[in-house]
Amino acid sequence: MEYITGSCVIDGEGGYKNEKKIFSFAAGSSQPAGYLPALYQHFNWQYPKFFKMDNLSRLGFAAAELLLEGWETGAYQPQEVAVVLSNANSSLDTDYRYTQTTKDIPSPSVFVYTLPNIVTGEICIRHRFKGENAFFLSTGFDPALLTRYVGYLLEAGIARACITGWVEWLGEGFKAALFLIERKETAGAVPFTAGNMDRIFKISMPCE
Amino acid sequence: MRGQKDIFIVADNIVSPLGGTTAENFSRLVAGITGVRRQDRPEMADQPFYAALFGSMDGEDLLTEDAAASHAAGGGFTVFERLLASSVADALHQAPGIHPADDRTILIVCSTKGNTHLLDIDDHTPAERISLPGSAAVVARHFGFTQTPIVVSNACISGLLGMITGMRLLRSGLFDNAVVTGADVITKFILSGFGSFQALSPGHCRPFDRDRDGINLGEGAGTMVLSTRREYRHGLRLRGGAVSNDANHISGPSRTGRELGDAIEVALREAGCGAAGVGFISAHGTATAYNDEMEAKAITLAGLNAAPVNSLKGYYGHTLGAAGLIESIVTLASMREGIVVPSAGFETNGVSAPLNICRSLLRGPLDTCLKTASGFGGCNAAVVLSK
Repeated sequence: MEYITGSCVIDGEGGYKNEKKIFSFAAGSSQPAGYLPALYQHFNWQYPKFFKMDNLSRLGFAAAELLLEGWETGAYQPQEVAVVLSNANSSLDTDYRYTQTTKDIPSPSVFVYTLPNIVTGEICIRHRFKGENAFFLSTGFDPALLTRYVGYLLEAGIARACITGWVEWLGEGFKAALFLIERKETAGAVPFTAGNMDRIFKISMPCE
Repeated sequence: MRGQKDIFIVADNIVSPLGGTTAENFSRLVAGITGVRRQDRPEMADQPFYAALFGSMDGEDLLTEDAAASHAAGGGFTVFERLLASSVADALHQAPGIHPADDRTILIVCSTKGNTHLLDIDDHTPAERISLPGSAAVVARHFGFTQTPIVVSNACISGLLGMITGMRLLRSGLFDNAVVTGADVITKFILSGFGSFQALSPGHCRPFDRDRDGINLGEGAGTMVLSTRREYRHGLRLRGGAVSNDANHISGPSRTGRELGDAIEVALREAGCGAAGVGFISAHGTATAYNDEMEAKAITLAGLNAAPVNSLKGYYGHTLGAAGLIESIVTLASMREGIVVPSAGFETNGVSAPLNICRSLLRGPLDTCLKTASGFGGCNAAVVLSK
C-alpha cells in the first residue's frame, strides 16, 4: 500500500509542511516574483543556480527543498525515484516573457524554460533523481489522475518512491503542492488517496 | 511483471507534409522523398531556413472533411487543434469498433508547444484558449469522447510518454482503449528559440554523421489507437516502455548515455525481450553533436550496437511532441511491410560508439523494434514494439 509520507504546499498566503504552517508571506510587501528569493534567503539555501531559474522552476525547487528536508534519500537508488508533476498552463508565464525577447534578440536562457518539465529537470538535478518522469496538464488539480498513474508506477515496481503534485505560475498567481509517496507507513503518513491529496492541496483555503 | 495485459495496436495515422495517412507517408519514405525543404518565410524568420512545414501556416491544406465541417459550424479550431483532429479522424475511421463515447476509452493528447502559434500573432489571446487542456477538450468534444482527456507535455519525449501512459492506464485496468494523439506546429517562437541555441542546421540535417551541424524542425501529427480487447490480438503490440532523467543538465544530454541506456534496458525487460531480439532501432537522432553522441553511447551500453538504426529527422525534421508517435508509427509500417528506410543525410560515422546506421532500403522480416527519444529537462524514453 502507498502512503503520502510528506507534503509541502506554497501559495500566496505562505507555506505548509506536512499540513503545518511554516511561514507566511507578508501580504503586499512585494510582487509575487519577489517572494521566492526572499524564501531562499530565509531558509539560507545554498544553490546559486536558483537565480538562473524562471518563476515556475523556482517555485518547484522551493517546494521540493521543503518537502525533502530531512528525508533519507539514501534508502533509494537514483533510478528508483520518480517525479510526476502537473499544472494547467504549462510554461505560459515564461512563454510570454520569451516572446517579448524575440522582438529584440531571442534569449536562449529564457527559451530553455519554455517547457513545463524543466522544473522536473531542476528537481532531478538538485536531488539526483534519475527515475520516471511525467508532466500532465489539466484544467485544475487532478488528484484522481495522479493517484492512478503514480499508484501504478509504485505497484508495478517501476518506481519505489515518487515526488508528485502541482506546480503552477502564471502572472501574479502561483501555487505548488508537492507530495512524497512511498510504500511504507512513516510517522504522520496518510494513505495515498485522491481525497487526502485534495484535502492537503486545499489546506490554505478557507473552509466552505 | 508476469501476466500483464497485452496492448494491441488497432489503428494509426500520420499527418505530415509527406501525406495524410500512414500509407501515404510510408510510400514516400520508401521512395526517398523528404519533407524537409528550404523555406522562405519572412513572417517566421529573416533568413531562409530548412524545415518540413505544411504548405501554408493557416493549415487549410490539412483539413479533413471532418475537421472542416466543424470549423464551418463555428467549431473555431486552432491550427494545432485541426492538425490533431485530422489525425484522430483518420485513425478512428480505421477502427470502427473503438467508440469515443465508450467510458472505457480514453483520449491522450501529447504536445511540446501546442498553440504557441497564437503567441506569434498577438499577446491578447486568453490563457484558457492557449492552454493544452483547453485544446484537448475541444478535440474530445468534437469526436464525442466522454472521459476527460489526459494531456502529456514533457518536451520532446511527449509522444512516447503518451504511448507509455496509455499502455499503463490500460494495464492497470482503468480503460480498455486509448486513442493517443500528438501534434506540434512550427512557429516563429520555436524557430527563433532553437536558432538562439545555435541548434539549427543551415541545410539538410545529418543525424549521426561526422559533418552533422544541427536540427531541422518539422510539423505534423500522429495517432495510435491502443486496446486490450482480444478481438485486436492479431495486430502489432506495444510491449514495453520506460522513462528516465539524466539529472545532469536542463538543456544538454548526459555525457555517458547511461540514463537513456537504463530506460532502454527497462523497456526491453518489460517487453520480455533481450538485446539480441531487437531487429531495428528507430533512434531520436536529432543531428545535434551532443544528442547523437549520447544516443550512440546509450545504444551501445544496452548492447544494441549491431542492430540496424535509422533516424527519420532527415525526412520529417524534428516534430517535437509528435516525433515519438510519428516515428513509432513509421516503425509499425516497417514491421508490416518488412522494409526499413535509410537514415537520410548519413554518410560517414560521426559518433564515438559506431552504430549500424541504415544506408539503403533494408528488406526482411522484423519482429521486435525499439524506439527512443530524449528531450530538454534531461528526459529520456524508450518503447518496444513487436509482432
